[in-house]
Amino acid sequence: MEEILMKGNEALAEAAIRAGCNFYVGYPITPQNEILEYMCWRMEQSGGEFIQSESELAAVNILLGAAAAGARGMISSSGPGFSLFQEGISYLVAGDIPAVIVDVARYGSGIGEISQGQSDYGLVTRGNGHGDSHLIVLTPAGVQETADLTALAFDLAEKYRHPVIILSDAAIGQMMEPVSLPEPRKLGIDRFDWTVKGCKDGGKPRLITNLFYYMDDYDSFLRGKYRAMRENEQRWESFRTEDAELVIVAYGISSRIAREAVRDARAAGLKLGMIRLITAFPFPEKAFAALPESCRALLTVEMSAIGQLADDVRLADRCRREVGSVCTGIRVPEKEEICAAARAMLAGCEKGVAK
Amino acid sequence: MIYEVPSRIKYTSGYGFCPGCGHGIAVRLIGEALQELAVEEKTIAVVDVACCYLAFDNWQYDSIMAAHGRPVATAVGVKRVRKDATVFAYLGDGAAYSIGIAETLHSAVRNENITVITVNNGVFGMTGGQMAPTTLDGQVTSSTPGGRDPARAGHPIHVEDLMGKLDIAYLARGALNSVPNIRRAKQYIKKAFMKQQQGLGYSYVELLSPCPTNWGMEPLEALEHIGGEVLKVYPAGEFIDREG
Ligand SMILES: Cc1ncc(C[n+]2csc(CCOP(=O)(O)OP(=O)(O)O)c2C)c(N)n1
Ligand code: SF4
Repeated sequence: MEEILMKGNEALAEAAIRAGCNFYVGYPITPQNEILEYMCWRMEQSGGEFIQSESELAAVNILLGAAAAGARGMISSSGPGFSLFQEGISYLVAGDIPAVIVDVARYGSGIGEISQGQSDYGLVTRGNGHGDSHLIVLTPAGVQETADLTALAFDLAEKYRHPVIILSDAAIGQMMEPVSLPEPRKLGIDRFDWTVKGCKDGGKPRLITNLFYYMDDYDSFLRGKYRAMRENEQRWESFRTEDAELVIVAYGISSRIAREAVRDARAAGLKLGMIRLITAFPFPEKAFAALPESCRALLTVEMSAIGQLADDVRLADRCRREVGSVCTGIRVPEKEEICAAARAMLAGCEKGVAK
Repeated sequence: MIYEVPSRIKYTSGYGFCPGCGHGIAVRLIGEALQELAVEEKTIAVVDVACCYLAFDNWQYDSIMAAHGRPVATAVGVKRVRKDATVFAYLGDGAAYSIGIAETLHSAVRNENITVITVNNGVFGMTGGQMAPTTLDGQVTSSTPGGRDPARAGHPIHVEDLMGKLDIAYLARGALNSVPNIRRAKQYIKKAFMKQQQGLGYSYVELLSPCPTNWGMEPLEALEHIGGEVLKVYPAGEFIDREG
């Protein structure tokens, strides 16, 4: 496939269109405006629908209608706007409606800062509105992966009839890298019987509502759905973990620096490895089960103030190893500080793995 | 003349609107209008979670329950995808003018080709009759026990003030309090659907409707209240009627 140079956000938008996305609605917010601005002309060109809505609250509820009517729909935002998506995400989950929702993360609480951040981790893995919501969360670390995971997101959403989140960040969204894009697909709006399309005389009306109103054992159904996701959809990359003494856990922008840190450390004789998340939910627990005995400690590298990822790492590792965090907040981590933190941790847990 | 229940309305047993509620009339009028226009096979209803939702099992159309205040937004999504469908949003005045006022107005600004039917009963029915933006000055509700005080809560909202100058297809207010008014309201509803069929854009009908339960009135008294008080503040009629 031919490679072209593209920004992460534009590659995301183009990959979505090629994956058959025929509906986009959004509200401007930095650092994801390129998606909205790309969609406004490209969607029309490809025969789909584009709306610039009055708010993210409207956007997510418009998306719900479009998806329930049979569209492959997507919305995108960043932190503050993503907070406003929460209402609709909860209703998408309750109604078993597939859709793709993008958070090109910026930094911090409140209006925060438009530069890259990873402090939405808790929101996308534990938030998602009221109720028992879990969504598959895909975490690309480069432009090619953004395109690949975008196409995958639509397929997963329809496979599980459930919304899927793509968690990008300002750096991944704004950087330019070569990318080869998926083959274009054209998809109609009548692919599924369950979508609303008008009920023929004598037929049974299709009702899109809280599923549990009409289902005997909804709780088991929902648990089953999440169990299937946990079994089938854990995705990660293990990088040099085979003989590592300490394994870094990271995703997105910080995983790119962590990879450099692993290389540097190994060149200096320190055996580091990395588990890079490709899904934040389901969390790649299988990667931790496969860690070698040589690994004595785990270190998350996160652009948040408090180490949100570390909680999931402890659980996945069943609290066997010491878990530390390099939390750089608004600052992109430096590989030197990652190496230093790894060295300090290993020095502090000479006694080995807690059993 | 024989009046029959429209074939796409099924009566449920065990639950439904309170006795004397105007929602029941509105549901029926919408059913009649869609039947007369012969568009039931391509109708998609988008219904708010409030008292409106009690109609969900009555109407035999493909239907979506939308979040409180978001049926208009959700109906926009449906219609943009299914342009041949007859799509309507059905919601209360709390939904349309309080929590969902942005969605109500901006869909009108964009002149989305959908029909919106808002049941204005002057209160938040579902949650126990609290003040709505449409509550009359001085009206006693469960959150204005001393009556709505304009100094603190402002005056009732009028949709014709909000949308009267927008470039939309149709805007009307009907009243569900007497036989002649109900017949007129049905014509408004039918006309609204016809505007959508003609592709003229946003068509909006508000229906003044009794909520005897939360007004603390007998059903007949509630109808008289609409005739005597509500219609004075909220005149019925057509405000916008754009031709093709
Ligand atoms: C986000 C949100 N806030 C509040 C509610 C609670 N709630 C349900 S219905 C309703 C108001 C109903 O009033 P109205 O829209 O006028 O409809 P009616 O019941 O009178 O027909 C409220 C506040 C909710 N469901 N969702
Ligand atoms: S509470 Fe009021 S609006 Fe709701 S069903 Fe009863 S009478 Fe109708």
